[in-house]
Amino acid sequence: MSDYLRLENVSKTFGGIRAVNDVSFALKQGEIVGLIGPNGAGKTTLVNVITGVHPASLGRVIFQGEEVTRQKPFQAARRGLARTFQIVQPFPEMTVLDNVAAGALFGGSPEGLAEAREHAHRHLAFVGLDPIADQPAASLTLPNRKRLELAKSLAMNPKVLMLDEVNAGLNTGEIDTALDLIRRISERGITILLIEHLMKVVMSVSQRLLVLHHGALIAEGEPQKVVNDQHVVEAYLGEKFAKRLKEMGHA
Amino acid sequence: MRAAKVLLFVAWIAVLAATPFFADNNIVRTAIMLAMYSVLAYSWNFIGGFTGYPSFATAAFFGLGCYAGAIVEHAGVPMALAWIAATVFVALFAAVLGAIVLRLRGHYFAIGSIAIVEVCRLVVSSWSSLTGGGNGLNVPLLMWHPNTVAMFFLYVMLGLLAIVFAITVFVDNHRLGFGLKCIRQNEDAADMVGVNTTRYKVIAFVLSAFLCGTAGAVYASWVGYIDPTDSFQILLTVKVPVMTLLGGAGTVLGPAIGTAAFVVLEEFFWANFLSWNRAILGLIIVFLIFFLPGGLLNTSFRRVVRRLRGRESAGASA
Ligand SMILES: Nc1ncnc2c1ncn2[C@@H]1O[C@H](COP(=O)(O)OP(=O)(O)OP(=O)(O)O)[C@@H](O)[C@H]1O
Ligand SMILES: [Mg+2]
Repeated sequence: MSDYLRLENVSKTFGGIRAVNDVSFALKQGEIVGLIGPNGAGKTTLVNVITGVHPASLGRVIFQGEEVTRQKPFQAARRGLARTFQIVQPFPEMTVLDNVAAGALFGGSPEGLAEAREHAHRHLAFVGLDPIADQPAASLTLPNRKRLELAKSLAMNPKVLMLDEVNAGLNTGEIDTALDLIRRISERGITILLIEHLMKVVMSVSQRLLVLHHGALIAEGEPQKVVNDQHVVEAYLGEKFAKRLKEMGHA
Repeated sequence: MRAAKVLLFVAWIAVLAATPFFADNNIVRTAIMLAMYSVLAYSWNFIGGFTGYPSFATAAFFGLGCYAGAIVEHAGVPMALAWIAATVFVALFAAVLGAIVLRLRGHYFAIGSIAIVEVCRLVVSSWSSLTGGGNGLNVPLLMWHPNTVAMFFLYVMLGLLAIVFAITVFVDNHRLGFGLKCIRQNEDAADMVGVNTTRYKVIAFVLSAFLCGTAGAVYASWVGYIDPTDSFQILLTVKVPVMTLLGGAGTVLGPAIGTAAFVVLEEFFWANFLSWNRAILGLIIVFLIFFLPGGLLNTSFRRVVRRLRGRESAGASA
């Protein structure tokens, strides 16, 4: 299958900081790709570059054969490039339902408000928030706000979904539910770029891994190979973790 | 619910429209001012209420409307056409300007919008060949019986009020209003769900402007004489947001209720404590900030009463 979303030599600088440094990779349709790297590696910045929040300083972003490097965020949304925010961004005084309806109304296919709300209920049921659909978004707990972000971006009918640490703050039981959700989203044919610190999550759903370090892509490929890569171990995982992972693999 | 609001509003218009038949000239004059301020407050509600951008540009739109209408009418164009010309001019002005100042957010936007009023006033007062400068401009007066004239301008203002209310109801129930509310709550998130925030904000800004232009032109025809200080009042630019906030910004009935409450208070104090008039505006602002941050319509009075009771009983037991 051909490349769906492709980055060509993308760099992003903030003042003197090179937050993303000459990154190239491609996502294929329907893939789940994990993006890992230490804090400050440039993962969120990469999502911001792809969605037009901070357009690339250098390089090109190509989506479905069209160059979209200079697009505005709302254009990215309408093209089907949806993301969740690491620092959640709800519409605080609106109900949970209307938060998701906003995604359906503006990001999804144009339709009336009533229809958008109907869709919103479906997406809320999917992430398990439907029972609290009428509460204001500001009243939610952090894990629920993360789920709301997810429902909102699903309502936009995305082709590529970039999940920026949606699972942070979840307990073990909740993580299993989250994994199940991610798999079910992927089954709909949605391409997923999964940014995650929880290695358990990344390793169990990703078909491929990208590793970012100091803004540069230092490894890419099959998850098991990548986590055994010497650079990756040094930069991110640490020796201890690598050993434990190896033992898990042999067990 | 929506029907009830519309009915209430229609009843209110009917009351104002009936004033010439039972009240004296002074009350009719107040009714005209009330209708005019309501138009300005409803207009401001689009940008300040729905969108959450604290605009202080109302006086600029109103003043430009006064002058555009007066100049065109002065040149011999029929009155109604002059009003339309003023409306179009102010709408275009807001569209061009909005694309620039709406890049600013929060306090910066507020300051930028005040600057617009000042710049407009300066331009109008220095461009004497066109505007008469500080000497002002005379507008041809209607040569009818004074009562007929008052009634005529009352109905014109009420017509404008009906138009701005209809637009408000429409916006409130459609994707435009929903998108504007998203922008108010979290502009970045709005952008990210696919709201074309720049376009929506410019539309809201134009909506907040064009009927102010019409109202200005109608006002000029009514009073027959305008000058820069009267047309571009900083006081007006503060009053209008306060009226809307008093009633409840971003609501369908808030601007009407707030304006009515404000004008009644103002008239009362004007009549009884002339020199304290300005102080009232200050008092209302303080009252708003501390007691009614959501405006009259958004306040749960039951909760206020309960809180007061709770305090009383706590005080009694202590
Ligand atoms: N808007 C911005 N302005 C200036 N610098 C920024 C901006 N956004 C990110 N940076 C810098 O870019 C670098 C990469 O940050 P980024 O948030 O992309 O990292 P990250 O990999 O997402 O980290 P984390 O795992 O903590 O979320 C950091 O040094 C950060 O300070
Ligand atoms: Mg991040």
